[in-house]
Amino acid sequence: MRRISFWIATFVLCWVAANWAHGAELRIPQNATAGQSLTIGAGAGGTLYLVGPGQVIKRKVQGGEDVQISGDELRNAGRWIAIVRGGGGDQSQVFWVRPGKAENVNFLARPSRVPVNKPGVISGVAFVFDKSQNLVIDPTKVNFSLSVGSAHAEHTATSSNGVAWVTSSSAPKAGAAQFVASLPDVQVRRVIEQVASDPCNLKMKVIQREKGKVTVETDPVRDCTGNAVPDGTIVTFTQTDSTGRSVVDARIKKGIARAQLPAESNARISVASGVVLGNEIRLGGGQ
Amino acid sequence: MGRILAIIFAIFTVALVAAGAIHKSSTATASTPEAAVQSLLADAKARDWQGAYSYVAKASNADLQNFQRDIQGRDASLRTYSSIDSFQTRVLRQNDDEGLVRTDVKYSTAVGPFYDTRDLRVVREGGNWKVVWPVQKEQTVPPQVIPVNYLRWDIIWRGANDDWGAQDVESPHVRILSMHPTERDNSVILMGEVVNEDTVPAFVSVGATLVGKNGQDLAEETSFDKTSHVLLPKEVSPYRVDFPGIKLADIKSARMKPDSMLVPASADPVIGVLHQRIEQDAKGHTVLRGELLNESGQTVNIPHVLATFYDNSGQVIWVSDGYVDRALQPQVPQPFAVDLRDELASQVHTYRVTVNQYSLNRQE
Repeated sequence: MRRISFWIATFVLCWVAANWAHGAELRIPQNATAGQSLTIGAGAGGTLYLVGPGQVIKRKVQGGEDVQISGDELRNAGRWIAIVRGGGGDQSQVFWVRPGKAENVNFLARPSRVPVNKPGVISGVAFVFDKSQNLVIDPTKVNFSLSVGSAHAEHTATSSNGVAWVTSSSAPKAGAAQFVASLPDVQVRRVIEQVASDPCNLKMKVIQREKGKVTVETDPVRDCTGNAVPDGTIVTFTQTDSTGRSVVDARIKKGIARAQLPAESNARISVASGVVLGNEIRLGGGQ
Repeated sequence: MGRILAIIFAIFTVALVAAGAIHKSSTATASTPEAAVQSLLADAKARDWQGAYSYVAKASNADLQNFQRDIQGRDASLRTYSSIDSFQTRVLRQNDDEGLVRTDVKYSTAVGPFYDTRDLRVVREGGNWKVVWPVQKEQTVPPQVIPVNYLRWDIIWRGANDDWGAQDVESPHVRILSMHPTERDNSVILMGEVVNEDTVPAFVSVGATLVGKNGQDLAEETSFDKTSHVLLPKEVSPYRVDFPGIKLADIKSARMKPDSMLVPASADPVIGVLHQRIEQDAKGHTVLRGELLNESGQTVNIPHVLATFYDNSGQVIWVSDGYVDRALQPQVPQPFAVDLRDELASQVHTYRVTVNQYSLNRQE
C-alpha cells in the first residue's frame, strides 16, 4: 500500500511539474500566415521579441498571457524567431510564416515590339505575390491572354515557386496587342506592338513624266500577310542611265513611296527596301 | 635726355600708327601669274579680304562680298567652320598675257582637312597679273511653299513611377549584312553594311575588336563617321572601321558589335543623289562624282556623302566618304566627289551613295 501511495504521489507531482513547465513555454502555432493575426503563448512572461525578414516586433507580456499579433503587423513571410527574455529565463523558438493568398501579380512581357507572324517570339512571365508582396510559392493558376483586334488567345499556366510563364507567337495582324496576366481578383496589362514585317511584292510604276523629271511611285507597300508597312520606312529607287546612276532613298508616306528622278531615255529604274528587291522598269523600252 | 627719349617715343608711336593704317592699294601688283595667285591665297589665309580681292581680275565679275563668301562659305556650311591651312601652286602654262595656275588649297575644318584643287586663269590687267576667280554662282530658290508632312518619331520612355515589371520601349533591331576585312596602307580595315530591320529609327554605331593569334584582343575601334548613324526603318548604311598599324596576318578573328539605340527622328529631309559616275579628277585619280538634291524645304548645312563600292560578286570592296563644303539649298543640285582608290577602280562593278546630313535648324 505504501508503495502504491508513493507511485501515485510521484505521478501527481510529475503531472503538476509538467503542467507548470508547459505553462512557462513559448507556444507558437505552426500555420502562421503573412497578413493574418497570430496568437503566441509567452509562458512565464517578460519581453517578447519577434525577429523576421526585415521586421522586428516587441511586446511586454505578463506570465500566462497570450499575445495577439495583428495581420497588419505580421507582413513578411519567411523564417522568424520568437524570443522571450525575463520572467524566469530566456527562451527562443524558430517558426515559419507562409505567404498569404495570391493577390498581386508582376508581369514581364517581352518584347515590346515584334514583327507579325513570328513563332514563339512573345514571352510573358508572371510573379505571384500576396498583398504584402511576399512571393507566393504555392502553385497558383495564372491566366494569360493575348488579343489584337478580334483575334484572341488564352492560356492558363500554374506557377512554380511563384513564377508562371508562357510563350506565344505573334499574330498575323499588325496592331497593339493587349497582353494580360490575371489572377481571380487582379489583372495586369501590357502592350506588345505587333508591327508589319519586311515588304513583300514591292512594285512601282511611273506616274508622271515632265520637265526632264520622271516620277515613280510604289503600289501600297505591304508585308506578306497584308499589313501596311509603316510610314517612314525607306524605299530606295535607283535609276541607271547613260549619265550615270541616280538614287533616292524615299520614305513611305500614307502607304506608298514616291520619288522624282531625272528623265533619261533608256534608263533602268529599280526599287528596293532593306534587303527586299522589287520590280524594275525600263524607260523608253517598256517594262 | 628725357626730352630726347620722349621725342623718340613719339616718332616711334606715329610710325607704328601709320604702319597699321596702311592698306594695300586696290592695284596690288604681282610680277608673275603664280605670284598673283600666291598673294591672293596668302591674304585670304590671313582673312585680309580686301587685300585678297585686290588680286582678283575684273573679268571674274565678282564683287568683294561674293568673293569673300566664296572662300569663307555661307549658310553655316562646312566652309564657314574652316580656314585655309596651306596651299601649293604650280604653273600649268603661261604666255605674255595669260597663265594657268593649279592651286591645291588645304582647309582646316571641324571634321578634318579638306582639299580643294582649282586651275585658276591669271590675266594681265593694266600691267599687273590678276586672278580670274571663278565665284560659284549660288542658285536662289524662287519664293514658294514646300509642304513637308513627313512623320517624326517621338518616344515616351518608362517612367520612374511605373512598376518594375513595366517594359520599356524596345531598342531597334539592327543587323550587320556583310563584313569584309582588308589591309591597306599599313592598316586593317573592316567594312560592310548594316541595316535597321526595325520599324523605328535607330542610332547605330558599329564597333569591332580584333583578336590576335594567341586569342588576346589586339585593338578596338568604332566606325566613327564612316557610317550613317541615324538609320530610318529598313535603311542600309555602309560602315568602315580602320585599325592603323595592324597587319591582317596578325589577326585570328574579329568581333563585330553593332549597337543600336532608339532615338527620336524625322523622316525629313530626302536627299537625292543624281548622276553618279566614276571619273578621273584633274590629278588623274579616280573619283565618284554626282549631284545632291535636297528635296525638302529647309537648308541642309553640312552634307556628308558615303559611297559603297561592290565587286561583281556583290561584295563590299571599299567604303569612302567625303563632306561637301557647301550647304544644300532646297531643290538646288550641289555637286560632290568622293575618292576611290585607283587600284580598286577596275574591280568596281557597282556602287551606292548615301547621304548623312547635319542641319542647324532641324530638331530631331
